[in-house]
Amino acid sequence: MINIHEVLETNEMIEKENLDVRTITLGISLLNCIDSDIDRLCDKIYDRITTTAKDLVATGKAIEREYGIPIVNKRISVTPAALVGGSACKKPEDYVKIAKTLDRAAKTTGVNFIGGFSALVSKGMTQSDALLIRSIPEALASTEFVCSSVNLGATKTGLNMDAVKMMGEVIRETAENTEKQGSIGCAKLVVFCNAPDDNPFMAGAFHGVTEADEIINVGVSGPGVMRKALESVRGTDFGTLCETVKKTAFKITRVGQLVAREASRRLDIPFGIIDLSLAPTPAVGDSIADIFEEMGLERAGAPGTTAALALLNDQVKKGGVMASSYVGGLSGAFIPVSEDQGMIKAVTDGALTLEKLEAMTCVCSVGLDMIAIPGDTKATTISGVIADEMAIGMVNQKTTAVRIIPAIGKKVGDMVEFGGLLGYAPVMPVNQFDCSAFINRGGRIPAPIHSFKN
Amino acid sequence: MKKTVVTVVGKDSVGIIARICTYLADNEINILDISQTIVDGFFNMMMIVDIARCSREFGDMADDLERIGMEMSCIVKTQREDIFDQMHRI
Repeated sequence: MINIHEVLETNEMIEKENLDVRTITLGISLLNCIDSDIDRLCDKIYDRITTTAKDLVATGKAIEREYGIPIVNKRISVTPAALVGGSACKKPEDYVKIAKTLDRAAKTTGVNFIGGFSALVSKGMTQSDALLIRSIPEALASTEFVCSSVNLGATKTGLNMDAVKMMGEVIRETAENTEKQGSIGCAKLVVFCNAPDDNPFMAGAFHGVTEADEIINVGVSGPGVMRKALESVRGTDFGTLCETVKKTAFKITRVGQLVAREASRRLDIPFGIIDLSLAPTPAVGDSIADIFEEMGLERAGAPGTTAALALLNDQVKKGGVMASSYVGGLSGAFIPVSEDQGMIKAVTDGALTLEKLEAMTCVCSVGLDMIAIPGDTKATTISGVIADEMAIGMVNQKTTAVRIIPAIGKKVGDMVEFGGLLGYAPVMPVNQFDCSAFINRGGRIPAPIHSFKN
Repeated sequence: MKKTVVTVVGKDSVGIIARICTYLADNEINILDISQTIVDGFFNMMMIVDIARCSREFGDMADDLERIGMEMSCIVKTQREDIFDQMHRI
């Protein structure tokens, strides 16, 4: 039987070290809503989401209550809208209508984000994809809960550089459209290489076409628990450090697995995957950067940071995989700047640069995330940053992403406030040398040679 | 059997266990295991109970116990046992 010390350990993790389940994300296929009439399509989408997800928030809250574990977010992901709206949408404004419908459905169901205002254009772009992408700035400015993502490349297909160029412009335009709210539209917009179909985390969640009608995916968290566990092995060798990360990841993930199973049973919707990402929040102590400091680095970004992140990510997976029956999604430590107190401190202290963050994304983390850059950054420069990050994903056969915020009217060193889980970010410098002739070439970068495995 | 863990944390005083146990008995909740320890000067008690015959909703029962705890300046948490089992047992 469970003993008092085990009970106290679990409750200390929850109460003092911010252990929580970061999100229960209900994936809903909208393929059965397809219609050639835009109004009928929107009605069907609204009905489908509000019917399927009507008990999601209440179920999440009941599980929280019974197990005493906070479930921070209850969210919905849907089929990429560009696949659903192809027949009905004739102009970008039609896609804005779909975005507003998703927003309304999110409000009704009580979730705090809905993902899937997305297009998958890793090789080529249909007319529908192009219309959706062009509608993103307006869609994100006129909705509150909608998250948008675009998959720009894959190891198997190479990089769609026309789309990379376009997204540089769309990100700038989105920033301008939401200037008064700190360009927050860009915090809800992410571009990917190798986007997974079952990611429960926003802003990049969408319900892929390889998925069933409905699915429950769960994202765990626990940087605070990890940091606390590492306190007890200060000064020990890497073998001990790695073992401690692995064992702690196991415990964290088991809680996620329990919540996922319960949510799946109560909602009568199949369980999909657990996403093993360590996800920080702006709360003090819930930080990936603090883990690096506990490992022995003065600040995140110091020499050794990439190695620290590599071992952290690998050991989290090794512990987590054993704790869950199905693992998927992004499953990599997140290193968002604005959502992590330690990362913000590292940037303001001058320890962490955009280039170092890019290097860190090579070994694990999902990508350049929640990074504010000067508002006068050119669209082609943004596209250049995206192209670099996508290339890392393509060549290393992993998911990479870019969620970057050109903070309109702000310059290097200024602070941008997003609020809530999105936090705040110091504006970081971007390399000023021009890449427009490279970006303007257009076309595709072919798939790398090692993708031809057949 | 529906195993539930009740933890009580607070300053030690006369009658804490008695009040909690009276509530449990009144609601047909059977105590399976009980243990206590002092951590950082605070009284920590844990009970594993079976709520199978309790007619109260889980949330209402947890609220009742929380309220009783507050009256004695204690924090009482009620959680289903699975979360501890999952975390500490393979």
